[in-house]
Amino acid sequence: MTSKTAIEFKVNGESHKLEVFPMARLLDVLREQLHLTGTKEGCGEGECGACTVKLDGQIVNSCLVPVAQVNGSSITTIEGVAQGDQLHAVQQAFIDHGGAQCGICTPGMILAAVDLLERNPEPTEADIRNGLAGNLCRCTGYMKIFESVVRACQNR
Amino acid sequence: MRAYVPGYQLQTPRSLADALALIGNEPGVWKPFAGGTDLMVLLEAGRLPHRNYLNIWPLSELRGIEVTETHVTLGALTTYTDVQAHEVLRSEFPMLCQAANETGGLAIQNRGTLGGNIVNASPAADSPPALLAYDAEIELVSNRGARWLPYDGFHTGYKQMTMLPDELLSRIRLPRNTASLKHYYRKVGTRKAQAIAKVCIAAIARVENAVMTDVRVALGSVAPIVLRCKQTEDAIRGKALTDDSVNQARETLMREITPIDDVRSTASYRLRVAANLLVHFLLTARS
Ligand SMILES: Cc1cc2nc3c(=O)[nH]c(=O)nc-3n(C[C@H](O)[C@H](O)[C@H](O)COP(=O)(O)OP(=O)(O)OC[C@H]3O[C@@H](n4cnc5c(N)ncnc54)[C@H](O)[C@@H]3O)c2cc1C
Ligand code: FES
Ligand code: FES
Repeated sequence: MTSKTAIEFKVNGESHKLEVFPMARLLDVLREQLHLTGTKEGCGEGECGACTVKLDGQIVNSCLVPVAQVNGSSITTIEGVAQGDQLHAVQQAFIDHGGAQCGICTPGMILAAVDLLERNPEPTEADIRNGLAGNLCRCTGYMKIFESVVRACQNR
Repeated sequence: MRAYVPGYQLQTPRSLADALALIGNEPGVWKPFAGGTDLMVLLEAGRLPHRNYLNIWPLSELRGIEVTETHVTLGALTTYTDVQAHEVLRSEFPMLCQAANETGGLAIQNRGTLGGNIVNASPAADSPPALLAYDAEIELVSNRGARWLPYDGFHTGYKQMTMLPDELLSRIRLPRNTASLKHYYRKVGTRKAQAIAKVCIAAIARVENAVMTDVRVALGSVAPIVLRCKQTEDAIRGKALTDDSVNQARETLMREITPIDDVRSTASYRLRVAANLLVHFLLTARS
């Protein structure tokens, strides 16, 4: 048995000090200790992207990150994408164009799309497909998601 | 079954020297933990018997890409995203960039490292064929010192390698001799992102007056290790690229590789596809 260790990190701009088991998954710490349940678990093995968060500016699968590795880091979850009541253009586009059905993949899809648009404000079709290739959806058939991202680019 | 997380130790050393001292004092007790994209999957599946890990992710000594006149040297923690962003790699080692681009999705590319890919030692890994074709060398370090060795020969059998329990993989070095060569990389899988390869080839050629003057061929998922196909290279090196010599190389390859049936594909499919890829490479090099 290991003992818990103290770590410090920022989530959506807010600093947290926590006692954690070092190998605990970031996904579980976000959901169970910080009650940020917007981040979802699909597969738990890096395949589906439902658990996507941004870690120091890059998207990662939070199911594959042991929490000891985020000590001193800065994380953005789906709860930190909107500015107060003002939804991000990608979130608004998902609502307007039916980009979400059951919603399990949606937080990950939105973070991947937001990340894509930050790196590449005018993505081609291929760029969008590539940017979302690590995110699986069982409901929409992808076309509505794809359309939402295209519209989000146009509306910004 | 999910793992019992409190049963695992993940310690963060302050420096590379610190890390080497720890694994040197207790060889075999501590194993490195880099981006975790292989280890966390095993953890989650309850298939990670080893308990004590050293968090090498923050060690800046193992990061960065350095370019000299003769070599490009990559830290073991170089991620697939780092590889694709690097200008010199993109222009001189395009197969490595393509391998990185076809590894997992973006979130995996942001975390997965070349060092982890090499030491995880999957015969189906996507970057090792490119590293073999580029004549990569690797550096192993311990608190006894450092040693460079050719990457070819590092893997000695399925998940077996010549790294000692007190050693870490620190750097990967590529000789800059690829300028006028033709590069050919193909990963065959069920889909482009996330899928593990059924067969993967990385090959380079120098063709002068329709004669193959230099050739290197490496394949993944066709043997217990990622394989540099030396017999196949010998069969075609120095020869004019005719239908006959191409066919001879093809037959040599089919004897040199030993693919198996598994969940992703069958031995006969892999044999056929590997042979077709070789022929396509040779015909592309000829044209
Ligand atoms: C969804 C998904 C898709 C994937 N797709 C692909 C793919 O398409 N192609 C592919 O090749 N791989 C793929 N992988 C596998 C994995 O991402 C790669 O093998 C990756 O490069 C591993 O690097 P890492 O840093 O995450 O390794 P880790 O999981 O941290 O470590 C892997 C192994 O290497 C050892 N190790 C790590 N660094 C060092 C070092 N510097 N010195 C000594 N030992 C070390 C560790 O002890 C461990 O045994 C995929 C994984 C997932 C989860
Ligand atoms: S839950 Fe993390 S990738 Fe599926
Ligand atoms: S909306 Fe249900 S999985 Fe995508």
